[in-house]
Amino acid sequence: MSDTRNLFNKVWDLHTVGTLPSGQTQLFIGQHLIHEVTSPQAFEMLRDRKLKVMFPERTLATVDHIIPTDNQARPFLDVLAEEMMSAIEKNCREFGVTLLNIDDKRQGIVHVVGPEQGLTQPGITLACGDSHTSTHGAFGCIAFGIGTSQVAHVLATQTLAMNRPKVRRIEVNGTLGTGVYAKDVVLYIIQKLGVEGGVGYAYEFAGDVFDRMSMEERMTVCNMSIEGGARCGYINPDQTTVDYLRGRPLSPTGAAFDAAAKWWLSLASAPGAQYDDVVKYNAADIEPTVTWGINPGQSVGVSEKLPTVASFPARDQVGVREALDFMELKEGQPIAGLKIDVAFIGSCTNSRISDLREAASIVKGHKVSSAVRALVVPGSQLVREQAEKEGLNKIFEEAGFEWREAGCSMCLAMNPDKLKGREVCASSSNRNFKGRQGSPTGRTLLMSPAMVAAAAIRGAVTDVRQFKA
Amino acid sequence: MSKVQQVSGSGIPLFLDDIDTDRIIPARYLRCVTFDGIGQYAFEDDRKQDPNHPFDDAKFKAGSILVSGRNFGCGSSREHAPQSLMRWGVKAVVAESFAEIFFGNCTSLGIPCVTLPRAELAKLCEQIKSNPPKLLTVDLVAQVVSTGNESIPSQMPESARSALTSGNWDFLAQLLDNKDAIRATAGKLPYLNGFKS
Ligand code: SF4
Repeated sequence: MSDTRNLFNKVWDLHTVGTLPSGQTQLFIGQHLIHEVTSPQAFEMLRDRKLKVMFPERTLATVDHIIPTDNQARPFLDVLAEEMMSAIEKNCREFGVTLLNIDDKRQGIVHVVGPEQGLTQPGITLACGDSHTSTHGAFGCIAFGIGTSQVAHVLATQTLAMNRPKVRRIEVNGTLGTGVYAKDVVLYIIQKLGVEGGVGYAYEFAGDVFDRMSMEERMTVCNMSIEGGARCGYINPDQTTVDYLRGRPLSPTGAAFDAAAKWWLSLASAPGAQYDDVVKYNAADIEPTVTWGINPGQSVGVSEKLPTVASFPARDQVGVREALDFMELKEGQPIAGLKIDVAFIGSCTNSRISDLREAASIVKGHKVSSAVRALVVPGSQLVREQAEKEGLNKIFEEAGFEWREAGCSMCLAMNPDKLKGREVCASSSNRNFKGRQGSPTGRTLLMSPAMVAAAAIRGAVTDVRQFKA
Repeated sequence: MSKVQQVSGSGIPLFLDDIDTDRIIPARYLRCVTFDGIGQYAFEDDRKQDPNHPFDDAKFKAGSILVSGRNFGCGSSREHAPQSLMRWGVKAVVAESFAEIFFGNCTSLGIPCVTLPRAELAKLCEQIKSNPPKLLTVDLVAQVVSTGNESIPSQMPESARSALTSGNWDFLAQLLDNKDAIRATAGKLPYLNGFKS
């Protein structure tokens, strides 16, 4: 009998410790990642109860959210940020957790670092006190974003109390057009299924389009599962996954690697696997996509006009009006040509080397519009180093972009990189919520890094395909 | 832990959809190593832009039952969001639906999140606005939200409901009970055992 369980259920079953009195599953978490923002209170909870970290070698810490990406000299100018840095340094020392600090070449955004180091592997369960932990699902593992109390649970017990979600398979078949990227695919899916369409589900992304994607593209897609409301997202491991992991610092080596690869591939959902729901889309229907509103589901193709309020179901119309008012946009207006003030290439969605290469290929030979402040923030120090080796930093700097140190930067603006006033930002990040980029009234347009590059040059939302002809 | 069975208090009407955690607590207030003192910053940016925000309205100042719309608490996993609501004085949230991480974070803090149909929420908000302070009771045992005149059937996932009503929402203690089973599970995971078959 072949196993008709999908990957999610195979991995879930393998990690089930037991059933709790509430009926929830106690799930073993094979890998834990922490950062400076959501961990200090968790360590305090352990101290209060006189608990130790149960498997300190299964937690890795890095710093990303609050660190400045220009001047990183310590102590930081922001005393609160400095206090958080000291807290994670002290906590990691005291509880025996490895910390990749800013003086470590491996430091970067937590969701860039895990895969880069080979720590994110198929078949594991992974948790981190950060919603975009879904990124790691690109490797065919179960990866959950958790709150601070749950960070304490993982530290103290290496387990979580969880309800098993349902699994929805999302197939995208066919071939993507020129200038259409992983970011566009996931924005399209969220637009179709809605920002709460995934509640109660894990998303399995499958079909031609994901099969052909590189690991970095797959990470972009899984990263935004959470924006569609899903508990996590994943892609079945295949040869692309195995090839990516070979030779990474924390990957198994020698015979263990071969045994691992065999096991990884065996976990993939087989043809005939069971799902709670299946939806299918055509790659040819997807355009370069841009958000116009205040949640990541409010987007249109770049050649399209903003939808009319009346085109939404009655229950959505108040929210759509709120979004249009906040953005100062009108229903039915074209998205292309919308002026921008800031261009941001970065974040755990799109700050990997392939993103920077793609953006640089658009920027090359052009200048950033004089009306635009533009910055590129690599996802990790290793990405930064690789980009510099390839001369990408030169291309960006010659065009007028600032070239920064690794960190979250303007994705959420807990650090000095922020929008000012009503600025409009073309951003390769993942959230366009009100106030997300640091100005309560600032406005965010989400798009692919290549589209951000094109917008930076023209000073307005531009179809990147014009640069590709 | 104490049993959370009924929560009573006056209502705060915030009938909007997709209220995300960045709005509940703006990121700059995550620059802290304890949750103390973050209550005052709940909805700070929204409040600044909307002079009529219910959190600043004297009529709802003493409110402790927040009533909202669909997909409440979407976005970031920051526990700072429910922590700030709790420290503001919110003891329960009633909405059409909740984002999952937010919901789980609330349960860990003993804050019930129950759902009502949209039409009931609209009606409830009208009643709260036209007649403040409007006393509400979120009853997890009877599974209703009562307004004094009527009891509206409410919903909550059973695992969270039973954890709260039985006082078993200290998940850490429950997880710690099973240390042997935890080690046994670790012992059979290929990747923790050098991938030897
Ligand atoms: S880059 Fe943005 S979304 Fe990603 S971890 Fe940092 S703040 Fe969160």
